[in-house]
Amino acid sequence: MAHFDPSELKEAYNAWERSVEKSLNKAPERKPEFVNTSGIPIKRLYTPLDIHEISYQEEIGFPGNYPFTRGIQPTMYRGRFWTMRQYAGFGTAEESNKRYHYLLEQGQTGLSVAFDLPTQIGYDSDHEMAIGEVGKVGVAIDSLKDMEILFEGIPLGQVSTSMTINAPAGILLAMYMAVAEKQGVPFSELRGTIQNDILKEYTSRGTYIFPPGPSMRIVTDIFAFCSKNLPQWNTISISGYHIREAGSTAVQEVAFTLANGIAYVEAAINAGLDVDEFGPRLSFFFNSHLDFLEEIAKFRAARRLWAKIMKERFGAKNPRSMMVRFHTQTAGCTLTAQQPQNNIIRVAFQALAAVLGGTQSLHTNSMDEALCLPSEEAVQIALRTQQLIAYETNVSDTVDPLGGSYYIESLTNQIVQRAEEYIKKIDEMGGAVKAIEKGFIQREIQDSAYRYQKEIEEGQRVVVGVNRFKVEETIKSKILRVDPKVREVQIQRLRELKKERDNSRVKSALDRLGKAAEGKENLMPFIFEAVKAYATLGEICDVLRSVFGEYQPAVTIGR
Amino acid sequence: MEETRKIRVLAAKPGLDGHDRGIKVVATALMEAGMEVIYTGIRQTPQQIVEAAIQEDVDVIGLSILSGAHDYHFPKVMELLKERGITDILVIGGGIIPEEDIPALKASGIKEIFGPGTSTKDIVKFIQENVKPKG
Repeated sequence: MAHFDPSELKEAYNAWERSVEKSLNKAPERKPEFVNTSGIPIKRLYTPLDIHEISYQEEIGFPGNYPFTRGIQPTMYRGRFWTMRQYAGFGTAEESNKRYHYLLEQGQTGLSVAFDLPTQIGYDSDHEMAIGEVGKVGVAIDSLKDMEILFEGIPLGQVSTSMTINAPAGILLAMYMAVAEKQGVPFSELRGTIQNDILKEYTSRGTYIFPPGPSMRIVTDIFAFCSKNLPQWNTISISGYHIREAGSTAVQEVAFTLANGIAYVEAAINAGLDVDEFGPRLSFFFNSHLDFLEEIAKFRAARRLWAKIMKERFGAKNPRSMMVRFHTQTAGCTLTAQQPQNNIIRVAFQALAAVLGGTQSLHTNSMDEALCLPSEEAVQIALRTQQLIAYETNVSDTVDPLGGSYYIESLTNQIVQRAEEYIKKIDEMGGAVKAIEKGFIQREIQDSAYRYQKEIEEGQRVVVGVNRFKVEETIKSKILRVDPKVREVQIQRLRELKKERDNSRVKSALDRLGKAAEGKENLMPFIFEAVKAYATLGEICDVLRSVFGEYQPAVTIGR
Repeated sequence: MEETRKIRVLAAKPGLDGHDRGIKVVATALMEAGMEVIYTGIRQTPQQIVEAAIQEDVDVIGLSILSGAHDYHFPKVMELLKERGITDILVIGGGIIPEEDIPALKASGIKEIFGPGTSTKDIVKFIQENVKPKG
């Protein structure tokens, strides 16, 4: 930009504002004030005045350089597009394996495994709590045997695999390693991610097992184990996605996610790890919601803020420790059951925001997800949406195309500032774990969720097809149904497994794991041994439950 | 004059899913509409829910599931209520529930199913019109 004189511009700007104010009587604006979901007031116009105090070098910088506001790689998508990664899994391992082969044939470039709820909460399929849930929201995995079937014919050295698993993350990772070992793939070649973000389970997603203390130990054990054995593995995906789905604002999503990130880094440092040893393998997961420009600014703000936290607060030296590498999923909570085809459009805008925000991988939701599990046809359209953005829109031909926009830069700044205020508040409470124990984060999210719903019901927030532009319709979709026999199949397989395996080997592996849990040793080698002996997920979790106990949530509603 | 008893509602999440945004929003809206709401928290078994409903002497049970396990849990709650001889509690449900599953759920005794996009005002109204006042 050519040099400009701020005071001269200010004068001209004020004159323009005055003339506009005069015309408002005749041509009023749509609303008395414009505010985004985070409560940030939006001005009529942004000019160089809004960004002239931002230091380009310090706050924005070059892509691939600190503080990474413009992206973490120097060439971004000019080098390679983001990874198109659709979250999938249902029923038995056989059925999910078929879906993975289908997705890879359709041009998907990474796998993302959805586990059913019993698996995520550490129950085998034959457990009483599993009734009605086996295979429903993901694939049922009870033992290494299921995992071998799940990845049948998929060379683990050639794909990257993301697994949405938290409390039992170490167990599923150990199973993945055992499958790789059988395929003859060295651990050093394994690429992928385990979600392993237990803190957001307490506030937003609900699949916790153990109390925060031992849970944080498991997380840091995984960090330490992977830094030595799985150098290409993302040891955690610190997730704002579910915080946002639970109802938070964009600013809260950034703030609570990074506050959780701080808690993990502190726990790992306290466990004796070096920040640059595990820092480069931390990854993130964000939501892409409806407010297009706010979302783009949010991704940029998260990158800048985390880079500063890692460098200034934790003294990281390796630039890779400072980078927010992140996966994005479009916002499931914005999908409507009414006029479901409209969801295709919503998803497309959200996906575009994620790409303009510089995501490393992306899941696009299927249009029928407010109704049921996604059908194959709906999944294909969702994947095609990403391919369209990549190959037809050309938005990826230059890095961070919206960087420098007066509005985007100003908004990026404001999101950083407001998130910093939250983080400061959480620090004052003693960190994220304490803030969660106090119910602070949960209440903040609930309040935002309630406000959002009220805005919809009062018509201030328009949801097309729901509170405006409605049609009479009977909602029909091709529904993917999980065979209720899945549980029986799993129970039968468990029975056979328990007959066939070397039960004394299982017992001694579980005993050793229990002893390790009581002590201070890293749990991962013990879990790996138990998994390879075909101990079940439920058996392993039961051993840990008996040592660590179970988390008892404080129920919070009302205000 | 005796004060009229507030409508008492048990907001319950059977099954294992942790999606409690909806039920918390609805619970808050019911409270603002003058009802008393007890929220069970997540991961409740049908047995625990029925037990809580009896203990708390509620007029209404609101069930929420987003994992697809409604086909098992909703009728199970109704079955257990029947076993205990309870017929005067209004039971409603919500979540991600395919249209074609609704007739079977209603046949089991669930009075209404509220899907995504429902206004909390409609739920309040439905409860007020359908609740059976207790003694």
